[in-house]
Formats: sequence, C-alpha cells, structure tokens
Amino acid sequence: MLEHEFFLVLASVLAVIIFIPLYRVLAGPRLPDRMLGAGAIGTKAMVLILLFGFIFDRLDMFVDITLAYAVLNFIGTVAMAKYLSSRREGKP
Amino acid sequence: MSLVHILALVVLAAGSFFLLVGSIGLIRFPDFYSRCHATGKSDTLGVMLVIFGLVLIEGLTLNSAKLLIILAFVGLTNPTATHALARAAFRFGLKVWFRKPPAGERPEGPSQES
Repeated sequence: MLEHEFFLVLASVLAVIIFIPLYRVLAGPRLPDRMLGAGAIGTKAMVLILLFGFIFDRLDMFVDITLAYAVLNFIGTVAMAKYLSSRREGKP
Repeated sequence: MSLVHILALVVLAAGSFFLLVGSIGLIRFPDFYSRCHATGKSDTLGVMLVIFGLVLIEGLTLNSAKLLIILAFVGLTNPTATHALARAAFRFGLKVWFRKPPAGERPEGPSQES
C-alpha cells in the first residue's frame, strides 16, 4: 500500500515543520510575533489531523474534528488580535 | 495506480513544500509585517493544496464534500485572521521595518532612525 506509506512520511515531515513556528513563538522579539507563530502552528496542526484521519482510515471522524479545529483557530486568532488592539506599546 | 492518484501525490508534495516555505519565511524575515506576508499567503496555499490532494484521493463521497467545505473555510478565514492581526499590531504601535541605506548615502523616503 504505497499511499499509506506516503501519508506516514508526509505526516512525519509536517510534524517536524511544526517546530519551526514554535521557535518564533518562544523567541519572538515582540508580542505580535508570538501570536502569529501560534496561528501558524494551529494551521499546520489542522493538516496533521487530516493526515491522521487518512492513516487510521477513520476519515469520517477526523474531518469533523478538523472543521471544529479550523473554526477554533480562526476565533482564537481574532480574539488575540482584539486583545492586541486594546493596548498600546510600552504600556502594561 | 491511476493518473488521478499520481496527480494527488504531486499536489500533496507541493502543498507540504509551500507549508515548509511559509515556516522558513516566518523565521527568516526581519519584521512582523513581512512575516505576516510569509505566513498569510504561503500557509494558506499550502493547506488548500494538501486538502485538494486529499479530495482527489478520497473520490466523490460525503467526506470529500466536507473536505471541500474545510478548503473554502480555510481560504476565507486564514488571510482574514492574518489581516486582523496585522491591523491590530499597527494600532498597537509596532514600527515598520526599513532597510538601512548603504554608508555614505542619504536615506530617502519615510525611513526614520528608530
């Protein structure tokens, strides 16, 4: 089964790629950089959940989880932007 | 292995390549706004390509319809979220980065020393 192996390799590569925005979250010089890295991690985790659905052959379950995760990721980023626009730089 | 499957594998590889490029841009770019540029477009295209490849493999079922809904949703909301974050950062007071002019040359444009 060639496709199964391909999905496994792709999921492994994606799990390594997720660590790159994590560096931006940990070492970002300013607050908005960390928020942007968190959003990028959420987007990549969505794809990873879909690939898990194909690997485990339970796509009917994992597709719904992915849809909920996409909505939560969007709302989380918008909430972070709302919080960010409510304060000024330099002031606590 | 049919032609559709080979096309799907190519699309999946291209999507993961775009995800990798977006992540590298998130690391390498010098400014918050240029990082928004990297992750807002490359990541969106990468996710949409991966989901389209999965639709090609899945065929015409209910799951692929849900996958197409997720594709449309990501294509709408990911640039919107990035734009909201960039706008909030501009209101937050984040300075825009300008390239330093070479030595012995007068700076031009709105580049101010920070």
